[in-house]
Amino acid sequence: MLPPVFGVLFDGLAYGMLLFLLSVGQSVTLGMMNFINLAHCSFAMLGGYVTVVLMSSYGWPFFATLPCAFIAAALVSVGFERAFFRRLYRASDLDQVLLTIGIVFISVAVAAYIFGTEQRPLQLPAYLRSSLTFMGVRFAVYRLILIGLALLITLALVLGLDYTRFGARVRAAVDNERMARGLGIDVDRTFAITFALGSGLAGLGGALAIEIIGLDPSFALTYLVYVLIVVSVGGLGSISGSFAAAIVLGISDVAGKYYIPQLGAFLIYLVMIGLLMWRPLGLIGRR
Amino acid sequence: MALTEGTANPRLYLQAQTRWRPIEIAFWLATLLPYALFPDYLSLASQIAIAGLFALSLDLILGYAGIVSLGHAAFFGIGAYTAGLVSKYGWGEPLTGLAIAAVAAGLIGYATSFVICRFRHLALIMLTLGFGLLLEELANSAGWLTGGVDGLQGIHTWKLFGYLPFDLYGRTAYAYALAVLFVLFVFARRLIHSPFGLSLRGIRENFVRMPAIGAPSRAHIRTIYTIAAAMAGIAGALLAQTTETVSLESLGFERSAEVVVMLVLGGAGRLYGGLVGVIVYMVARDQFSGIEPQYWYFWIGVLLVGVVTFLPNGILGGAAKLMSRRSRS
Amino acid sequence: MKRLLLAGVLAFVPSLFAAAGGAEDTVKIGVILPYSGQFADTATQMDDGIKLYLKQHGDKLGGKNVELIRKDTGGIAPPVAKRLAQELVTRDNVDILAGFALTPNALAAADVSAEAKKFMVDMNAATAIVTTKSPYMVRVSFTVPQLNQTLGTWAEKHGLKKAYTMVTDYGPGIDAEAAFQKGFKEAGGDIVGSLRMAVQNPDFTAYVQRAKDLNPQGIFVMIPGGAQPGAFGKALAERGIDPRTIEVMGQMEIADEHALASMGDIALGIITAGHYDYNHHSKLNEEFVKAYNEDFKRNPDFFSVGGYDGMHLIDAALQKSGGKKDGESLVDAAKGLSWESPRGQISIDPQTRDVVQTVYIRKVEKVGGHLVNVEIAAVADVKDPYKAAMKQ
Repeated sequence: MLPPVFGVLFDGLAYGMLLFLLSVGQSVTLGMMNFINLAHCSFAMLGGYVTVVLMSSYGWPFFATLPCAFIAAALVSVGFERAFFRRLYRASDLDQVLLTIGIVFISVAVAAYIFGTEQRPLQLPAYLRSSLTFMGVRFAVYRLILIGLALLITLALVLGLDYTRFGARVRAAVDNERMARGLGIDVDRTFAITFALGSGLAGLGGALAIEIIGLDPSFALTYLVYVLIVVSVGGLGSISGSFAAAIVLGISDVAGKYYIPQLGAFLIYLVMIGLLMWRPLGLIGRR
Repeated sequence: MALTEGTANPRLYLQAQTRWRPIEIAFWLATLLPYALFPDYLSLASQIAIAGLFALSLDLILGYAGIVSLGHAAFFGIGAYTAGLVSKYGWGEPLTGLAIAAVAAGLIGYATSFVICRFRHLALIMLTLGFGLLLEELANSAGWLTGGVDGLQGIHTWKLFGYLPFDLYGRTAYAYALAVLFVLFVFARRLIHSPFGLSLRGIRENFVRMPAIGAPSRAHIRTIYTIAAAMAGIAGALLAQTTETVSLESLGFERSAEVVVMLVLGGAGRLYGGLVGVIVYMVARDQFSGIEPQYWYFWIGVLLVGVVTFLPNGILGGAAKLMSRRSRS
Repeated sequence: MKRLLLAGVLAFVPSLFAAAGGAEDTVKIGVILPYSGQFADTATQMDDGIKLYLKQHGDKLGGKNVELIRKDTGGIAPPVAKRLAQELVTRDNVDILAGFALTPNALAAADVSAEAKKFMVDMNAATAIVTTKSPYMVRVSFTVPQLNQTLGTWAEKHGLKKAYTMVTDYGPGIDAEAAFQKGFKEAGGDIVGSLRMAVQNPDFTAYVQRAKDLNPQGIFVMIPGGAQPGAFGKALAERGIDPRTIEVMGQMEIADEHALASMGDIALGIITAGHYDYNHHSKLNEEFVKAYNEDFKRNPDFFSVGGYDGMHLIDAALQKSGGKKDGESLVDAAKGLSWESPRGQISIDPQTRDVVQTVYIRKVEKVGGHLVNVEIAAVADVKDPYKAAMKQ
């Protein structure tokens, strides 16, 4: 028999991975492209609604809806990127904030109009809701899947952005746009693709998260704070930073709530403040 | 503009800046119009004036010192709770209540400013956000003091000057809020156009270089942060006194975020930006939500997107650009 | 400057419209609800309840035409709620203030009701003291102690001797904790431990594990409705608590329609105390649910019935007062009113102006392939125990 601390560690890890999946898109748009995209959770919400509607109205299996959630959020974001965001890459942070918060407001109203204001629960098959018992500790299947997917996505992104030509182009375009253009890099296209990738990941994260955190039109605002916490603690420009931050935050939150429930509400903020005062650029920050 | 002679002599430049322009005088005269034209909207007007003061206090740190705060409502809330508690425990005199609230918020602002002045960029934003959220949770768990989610009960504001009661129509509330706003605006205006204000703008543009020319960046930031905190506290106290309610939302994240949006909408770093942003946002919200109580968010969103797209740097920033383009052609 | 004027003109237009109408045969009702934001669904359901009642009664209340003016608070915002109430009274000249999903907003608006002597109908806000803030206020929904103290007493009498309580650390949670423990202990039960949980809480596994470590005979839980009940149910299942072996009980939100859909079969066996569920068996309720579904394509919940009964109360009070719309006449008329609601027989306590009703104890069971709350006990004529205790 394993002592309960293993169960707590596992739940913390799983909660951290949930936060990571919800935030990883933001660490692409904010972290890589330096664009303050407060509409991140709007794209996550879109992914969530795509999954729920495909499952409840068209009877699709859960896993088949996930690519659609990614693609839908990516496509919609490209539309927005071409129409609005593109003009603001060089604008002040504050204008970016104003634009994207405006889009959040619009998305909340549109979601309420189309999908209604009520909670839209996922109805997952029983095997995804079961748990395995290993040496006296219960491991929920769905949480195991979250952890696995988070690892896969991290691996793919780190490899794809750090070690490929595309990744190099993105970094070049962000660091010095004129120079990058001079070198023949299609900056517009690079940004559009990166933005689509970030938003697609948001959509996927949303689709995966709603089983645990629910889905209604206020989703676009409710979880924004968590996303910002993960990305800032992780450090801009670093996917593995977000990954590490999510693990630290998830485990400290769950362990804190378990061992010192009086501190439960404060813990995630205290940990964030402590980490940022220690490392203002984030755990693995580059800028 | 007197820019050319001003650049030769900074004192003359500052003096030229402090002169009241006709449009400013017209603006402040226009703030009295609601009494004549819209006597039914004085409650709204009083809350606009209060939000305007709050936005002005944020402008001092965000627009002039470059400190983007997502936790500024913490000071608003401290002011509100202080004024509320003072009144609840037997002292409902409004003006002294404001002063006590300003001191309380200022003290907390001063204490936190030692942390604030050491950080920049995203870390600074997230630290202010974190402090704000911590305070909200603290206020929630200290239900014995704050009343928790239900809000502080038993606030009673005495008559203003022992003479003017706070009425249902908001006549006293608006006059009171507007007068306080005006006095503090004049103070902020002098501050910004003083050598201190000038060096703040220098810090905003280049934090590292300013100490090299003799302006201690961190000390200046601590000072302005404390002043802004005290002003925000006064705004919170005004809301507590005029509505006789205080609840957790007075120091919540949403209020912090909303004031940033309103300030940026109007144009940060322009003194009047916060006021214009607040007026546009709150009047639009009141009207849209009157027509579409469920979906007014949509129209506010369209307003924000429209302003960013057509008037970069906020309404006043965009307007200034359009004006200068016109005068050039 | 110009902008200010423009804004002013913009603001002026609707007040012109508002000035039209307003004859003696019209009753004006200001409805204050959180139509947007986190609590938008609560407002939607309450508003739909209001709409349905009006539709079924030819858009008339007490023989008068009805003018509704809806105002959005955007969530918990007492200063906004108070201002809206002021404006409704001073600018729109409403006769009645109604709505109020959230306690802080109701408390703030109650000041206006008391000062302007306006009849106020609380259609949801459930903290016990709300009705004490204005002598012109009547509540038609429920109070937190009314449900939870009843549940505590009932649970002890039906075999639960040792219970663990876990509540969200906010007003309603703390009130519910106190009420359940009071009812439970007075009946002779033992509270083996209690836990308060963070308000912002997407994941319950840590808290549920804490409860499980004590292996209690039963768990009482109170959390906000919305996304949290689903997450709570899943945490129960993941940590291996089966509500059929360890009794899990709480106020009705933890097993509302959406929570059950989100939890699935793991919800089987959860016990709740509530005053309304769409599965309540009565002819009136069946008609109500059918009509509601026709108009709004979903089932009503206790918010909807709050809006519906609120309108009923106004209707009946106007009839009884002979058409007088002032606060004094209406509140006098409302005292002691009694009628059959979709939830069963309810009445207004003449002393406290609070609702007196049957509290149903329900258990989640599978009926015809659907998870529903099946009534297993009913405690009739329950008054708010908190105010009853205050008087002694």
